[in-house]
Amino acid sequence: MNAAALTRSRIFPLALGLGALAAAILAVEALIRIGVINRFIVPLPSQIALAFERVIVEEDIAGRFRLTLFEAFTAGAMITVVGVSVGLLLFRINILRQATETWVAALASAPTVLMYPLFLVIFGRSAWTIIMMGFVAGVPPVILKTIEGLTGTRRVLINVGKSFNLTGPQLFAKILFPAALPTIFVGIRLGLIFTLINVVGVEFLINFGGLGQLINDLAERYDLPGTYAAISFVILVSVCFFVLTEWIERWLRPVD
Amino acid sequence: MPSVATLPKSGAAGAQTAADAGILVVDGIVKQFDTPEGPLVAVDRVSLSVRPGEFLAVIGPSGCGKSTLFNVIGGLIDRYQGAVTVGGETVRGPHPAIGMVFQEESTFPWRTVIENVAFPLEIAGIARKERLEKAKRFIALVGLNGFENRYPAELSGGMRQRVAIARTLASEPKILLMDEPFASLDEQTRLLLGDKVLQIQQDLQQTTLLITHNITEAVQLADRILVMTYRPGRVKRMVEIDLPRPRSSDVVSSEAFGRYVAEIWSDLREEATRGMQDEESRTLHAGAAS
Repeated sequence: MNAAALTRSRIFPLALGLGALAAAILAVEALIRIGVINRFIVPLPSQIALAFERVIVEEDIAGRFRLTLFEAFTAGAMITVVGVSVGLLLFRINILRQATETWVAALASAPTVLMYPLFLVIFGRSAWTIIMMGFVAGVPPVILKTIEGLTGTRRVLINVGKSFNLTGPQLFAKILFPAALPTIFVGIRLGLIFTLINVVGVEFLINFGGLGQLINDLAERYDLPGTYAAISFVILVSVCFFVLTEWIERWLRPVD
Repeated sequence: MPSVATLPKSGAAGAQTAADAGILVVDGIVKQFDTPEGPLVAVDRVSLSVRPGEFLAVIGPSGCGKSTLFNVIGGLIDRYQGAVTVGGETVRGPHPAIGMVFQEESTFPWRTVIENVAFPLEIAGIARKERLEKAKRFIALVGLNGFENRYPAELSGGMRQRVAIARTLASEPKILLMDEPFASLDEQTRLLLGDKVLQIQQDLQQTTLLITHNITEAVQLADRILVMTYRPGRVKRMVEIDLPRPRSSDVVSSEAFGRYVAEIWSDLREEATRGMQDEESRTLHAGAAS
């Protein structure tokens, strides 16, 4: 089988990725065992694997996973709905865009997680503080990428729509939105990254629950294998989101 | 506003006046743009009339305002002087009787060929089954049977342009308005697509207005050719193309074809030279200013 055929294969890239991951884990295991990496800082991957069962059975991982997933999903849905709507509004009203786009960009790069005491005062020690922190951190990239996607729509496609006498809403639904979709999804994925970081980070900071709190608990107990096992579950939440967004994008726009 | 009757008439056939009964009448169009260097008259008192079923080509050098004229007729730009009428009805803005094919690649990449072609029917609210059936007929008309479920990214440039033509034809416009639709294609594909357009035009008796800068393309396809001057774009003359129909790309090897090409080139050479000198002069001034 030549390189082109391997690239086209569905199984091979997946197997190569998993193989590379397994090789990296084995390499870390070997480096720790021969003393290159300090085992008191990074636990053995084999110990982490053994810690999974303990974390699942003793630490209510399913409940915590569900809570983190719920917070991240709610915040994710909010950044999508609000971010795309605000992006559309700023695209339509040029003066508003000129007045606010820089501020939105500044907000995207601001360490909003430091505002958690303010959110605690507003929303109390509840899931809503975590959701809103995730929302504030994740919404700017969605707004910015929505504007970029809509303004980047090729003029000729808009002219095709006009030549067929499309109304404003038809032009948006049939041309602008599908044309901007790939860029909008880049924004949603970026936003979800920021959202998830903030959700887990604020869970960690306010000790409310979810995987963030578990990571904090395990780290304070100096249970390093357990901590890394819990982090693996956060990665699993992230994987769930990326699979979901990819599925939605393919459903909305099957080919690019 | 000077009426079309005051415009100079020249050439073998003379510029047709708006008074002639045409399905599409362009009367004394003047379009001016504001530029940093001051007002620029892109199109100046251009008038033409297209008869039902006729193929009219508008030819001119780069910068003569051909695309501006295309946008005015298609209703994509406003704030111009003069009038465009379709079947006696004055139009300001896109009109359902005018179907436009653009120079740039304009298929929707997120839709399959059949979904692209069915697009105007979808907008018209035709039921899915019916519009797909109808779209298939237009796909067959442009010779793309078997490609219905392919995406534009899977097609060549020439095939994509045929999809765009089929999509416009699916809206069943009275007038097909094309702006250099083959500009980005190689010469052979251009000739073959020209054949396809000729065949469609002959089959449907489709009134067509083609904007182009390609002389051979214009002579191959058109019944009449309107030659425009370099900036500001004015009507230089109208040439009747008396080549037999039905026509195909074989016509390019005929003696008469060569004579028409030479005749039009002699008109265009002066304008193209003026355009080139103007461009060189502007580049020189821009260089000196910076």
